[in-house]
Amino acid sequence: MSLRIKFWGFLFLLFTSRTCVRADVRVGDAFPALSVLGQAGAELPAMAGKVMLIDFWASWCAPCKESFRVFAQMHSDYRARGLVIVAVSVDEKQGAFDSFVKKLGPPFIVVRDKDQQLVRQVSVPAMPTCYLLGRDGRVRFVHQGFYGAETDRLVREQIDALLAENYSDS
Amino acid sequence: MKATSLHLRFAVLLAVLGLTALGGCASSDLVRVQPWERATLADPLMRPDRDALATAMTEHVYFSRESASGGRGVGGSGCGCN
Repeated sequence: MSLRIKFWGFLFLLFTSRTCVRADVRVGDAFPALSVLGQAGAELPAMAGKVMLIDFWASWCAPCKESFRVFAQMHSDYRARGLVIVAVSVDEKQGAFDSFVKKLGPPFIVVRDKDQQLVRQVSVPAMPTCYLLGRDGRVRFVHQGFYGAETDRLVREQIDALLAENYSDS
Repeated sequence: MKATSLHLRFAVLLAVLGLTALGGCASSDLVRVQPWERATLADPLMRPDRDALATAMTEHVYFSRESASGGRGVGGSGCGCN
């Protein structure tokens, strides 16, 4: 390789490397494995072949509290049809997480991303944000924030569509 | 390799290094508190108007001390008597 190519290659890498650090998870991307959560306080479900709603929340976020009520109802309505809801807390303090969960008693899976690894990997844009994954494990819809009945209606429509899709593992 | 070519390359290298360094100043990642890091900011203690009585007292002191400016949101003569 000539010195000239090496020189311009070095400049190109130098200039572009800054923009390659962040890797936001967007619609169409594969969602990272939940195993990065490690011992997160609840048994993590297998993602393959399931429609999943992954919600990022925090005990200090007021709309998150409201969203739990709606997700609890969704869990009850869609669990039998194969929807799995996983609520991932970004709380740094175990006590805050525990008291929030104890107070609301959600029926779905609630885990804590204690090292904030998953949330960094996903680069969540706001609190709360929920990701709807298709059976192929790819992000199909993203809901940034929670807007009560409007979010409830939209998410239900999207869950219905995802559950109705045919899926083959091969 | 000619001296002018070397100078040109050195200048380009300097320019790219400069742009890269200055690009850091424009990057929002350096100063932005990420959404999942806002527990302290979301604490009710961070609200300046969390205590209505204390707020009213502060407003009154501010209004009195500022005199001719007319206080904060209230029309007055600045005499500090009300």
